[in-house]
Amino acid sequence: MRATCLAAVSLLMIATSATAVAQETVAITGGTIYPVSGPRIENGTIVITNGVITAMGSNVPIPAGARRVDAAGKWITPGLVAPITSLGVVEVGAVRDTRDGNARGNESIAASFRVWDAFNPAATTIPVARQDGGITTVGVMPSGGMVAGLGAVFDLGIGKTADGMLSKAPVAMVATLDAAAAAGVGSRAEALAKLKTLLRDSREFNLGRARYDAGAMRELSARRADLDAMQLVLKGTIPLVINVDRASEILNAIALGKEFGIRIVINGGAEAWSVAPQLAAAKVPVLTGAMNNIPGSFAALGQRQENLALLRASGVQVAIVGDGAGGEDNYNVRNLRYEAGNAVAYGMSWDDALRAITMAPAEILGISNRVGSLAVGKAGNVVIWSGDPFEYATQPERVFVAGSDARVVTRQELLTQRYRQLPAKY
Amino acid sequence: MRHILVLLAAAGTALQAQTPVVPASTTARPTAPPGTGAVALPNADPFPSTYRAPTARAVLITNATILTAAGPRIDRGYVLMRDGKIVSVGSGPAPAAGDADVVDANGRYVTPGLIDTHSHLGVYAAPGGDALSDGNEATAPSTARVWAEHSVWPQDPQFPRVLAGGVTTLQILPGSANLIGGRSVILKVVPSVSVQGMKFPGAKYGLKMACGENPKRVYASRGPSTRMGNVAGYRAAWITAESYRRRWDKWLADKQGDSPQRDLEQETLAEVLRGNILVHNHCYRADEMLQMIDIAREFGYHIRSFHHGVEAYKLADAMARDSISGSLWSDWGGFKMEAYDGIRANLSLVHNAGARAIVHSDDPSGSQRLNQDAAKARAAGVAVGIDVPDETLIKWITANPAWAIGLQDRIGTLEPGKNADVVLWSGNPFSVYTRADRVWIDGAPRMDRADPRQAWRTDFELGLVPAASTTTGGRR
Repeated sequence: MRATCLAAVSLLMIATSATAVAQETVAITGGTIYPVSGPRIENGTIVITNGVITAMGSNVPIPAGARRVDAAGKWITPGLVAPITSLGVVEVGAVRDTRDGNARGNESIAASFRVWDAFNPAATTIPVARQDGGITTVGVMPSGGMVAGLGAVFDLGIGKTADGMLSKAPVAMVATLDAAAAAGVGSRAEALAKLKTLLRDSREFNLGRARYDAGAMRELSARRADLDAMQLVLKGTIPLVINVDRASEILNAIALGKEFGIRIVINGGAEAWSVAPQLAAAKVPVLTGAMNNIPGSFAALGQRQENLALLRASGVQVAIVGDGAGGEDNYNVRNLRYEAGNAVAYGMSWDDALRAITMAPAEILGISNRVGSLAVGKAGNVVIWSGDPFEYATQPERVFVAGSDARVVTRQELLTQRYRQLPAKY
Repeated sequence: MRHILVLLAAAGTALQAQTPVVPASTTARPTAPPGTGAVALPNADPFPSTYRAPTARAVLITNATILTAAGPRIDRGYVLMRDGKIVSVGSGPAPAAGDADVVDANGRYVTPGLIDTHSHLGVYAAPGGDALSDGNEATAPSTARVWAEHSVWPQDPQFPRVLAGGVTTLQILPGSANLIGGRSVILKVVPSVSVQGMKFPGAKYGLKMACGENPKRVYASRGPSTRMGNVAGYRAAWITAESYRRRWDKWLADKQGDSPQRDLEQETLAEVLRGNILVHNHCYRADEMLQMIDIAREFGYHIRSFHHGVEAYKLADAMARDSISGSLWSDWGGFKMEAYDGIRANLSLVHNAGARAIVHSDDPSGSQRLNQDAAKARAAGVAVGIDVPDETLIKWITANPAWAIGLQDRIGTLEPGKNADVVLWSGNPFSVYTRADRVWIDGAPRMDRADPRQAWRTDFELGLVPAASTTTGGRR
């Protein structure tokens, strides 16, 4: 039993973000604050001390020596949270050498794959997501196979090392019930059976580790490391994120959660709106986009743009997944906020849409104690916007990560400067 | 040098090997008299458009904010359309039009119908899969002989969705696997049992060409496998085509002896050389685009639009000089090596250099939001000191793409005499919160968000859930 705990703990490598925490006091004044966890504050002040919000309100004294940032006329929100990305583990999608988001695994099971070990803090995609998109926290998730592996959360400060940017790991186990995507499976029923077998075998393995190590146990369906990693799901330490679109498969995923007493999160969920009451009753959250309305497969014939609004209206916890979720378009993780705007255009309230790119993904990934809203005690991850963050005319003017003004000159900016007047001067 | 010659020879052989034979109809004992294609003469329009605009009542839109794409913004203006054409556009009191249905825009925006120069709707139809993958004839590096319209599935459920995004005209292109991918087709976004019923009457064809990584990857084992192999392939194709054109033009002029043998591959290329087919060139990198300009000069054709062109901003001056438009994205880039230098200000820099900037999609989701993409691209320009007012920005998704597909005299602006392709928006079309409320094509109502019963559902979608997804929700 002691071995069990140690094994689980070794995987559960929780780090508090050490990303360039500002050793100073910053006071952002004069803006309209949208804290997400509370009502809007006009002409508000946020004080960040040593990377953490220490005061916030409309009538907050500014500590002596604080660096003042004037945000009069600006909109202020928490740093945005993109729950499913390949940021830092896939850079240029079609360049094999930059792809580390997908493990080979064994029999399409890679439960012990720690995708964050490949995280590259120097990836050029990171400042783009932060400075163009106001994104300060991302879920970095593996893809491929039936059980893709373990994902982690990174903060997008200016870090020199992956450990310095790592916020929490692991935060989720990623799997799929899509038969076509799951290598080596011929039917959705076979995928479901395979996943159940893995869960049962993992439980049996855990109850009989000594027998397993002595070679006295029947052959199990996965390697030792994968059986071990699945304990995090079986214990409820992390959720099982299941990529699935079809309504009937979403119901299967809910039932799977009940059968094994594990936490399920639906990712994709094209037809989730049609089983919204069941999702709400089972308290199963849904991660999905806001610009999808194409019946792009037979599993997604019911795809519609009102998915988020309908789910939310039924009381389902929803968070928005934008571009860059599948290892492509990694420069467009920045576009998360436009997804939120489109969600509003198709029936969601503005407040709910902001929540769906901040607090909701933070709750689903188990990091809401630290990020996802603006409140005393939370990380100083703050974005000052020129206007409504969902609008195309708006830009994030300042992005603070742990109280530090996280700004670098990107190569896109350098290219723009070089060619602003033609011919270019080299 | 020797390697180049070998490659040229190989490319030439490949072209000859794939020369099509006599059309099947000449050997099939037709029961009806043969058409012009079955005998010797090239037939310019063997699949003629059967599209006819439905008769519709005249429409007078009043109290509108109008972006005409041909002049300044008009506040509290009107648009009168009758018999499929724009009759008048102006500000102030609307003209008397007793026969017209009056639509009070109540300050909402009116624009020309949007035009997407780069779509694969119908040739890569939803719900996808191999069965509907008809966009790349990836069996030879040059397939000028194929025509995209022969792959278009009119029941693609993506058509009504782009219509709901305000798009009224699409250029459907073959994919980019090949150096020369085949003919494009210009479609109106209307329901029809046949592609002929969607074809824009009188529109010129386009020719899809592609640079860079895609062809050399697809043909890596048989060639071309390099960029220099790509260029050799284009040049070999044009050399053969020019010879073919001269032979046919001579025969058509003097009708001496039997006509030359028809060849579908060469017919299309010869029509490009005669200026009757417009070249649309998929190309990412500036250095390659500048080489493509040289190739066009070498063989005497014009590139009408570079597509994707994530590095267009590096040669925008040359594009302006040579009247080459840029069909571009606001911010797709970095997904492959040749897209690594993508910047969000690309469209604004191209516009600023005096070339025609066009927002294109190459994507069924993006095609529904060309207006949003334009707004995003403008914002990136503003960040580097290039602002573009709404009345100009609208051209990136209307007048400029109309020019790129050669239909600048028919569509793309709200001016008297132009086709009445009109969109009424719920607000400013460059806001994220705005949706198209109503769409007219040739003056006929084609989409009304307030009336879901009228929503166009393709055959494919009948009996499927949900009912038209374009109709519910919204903040108003």
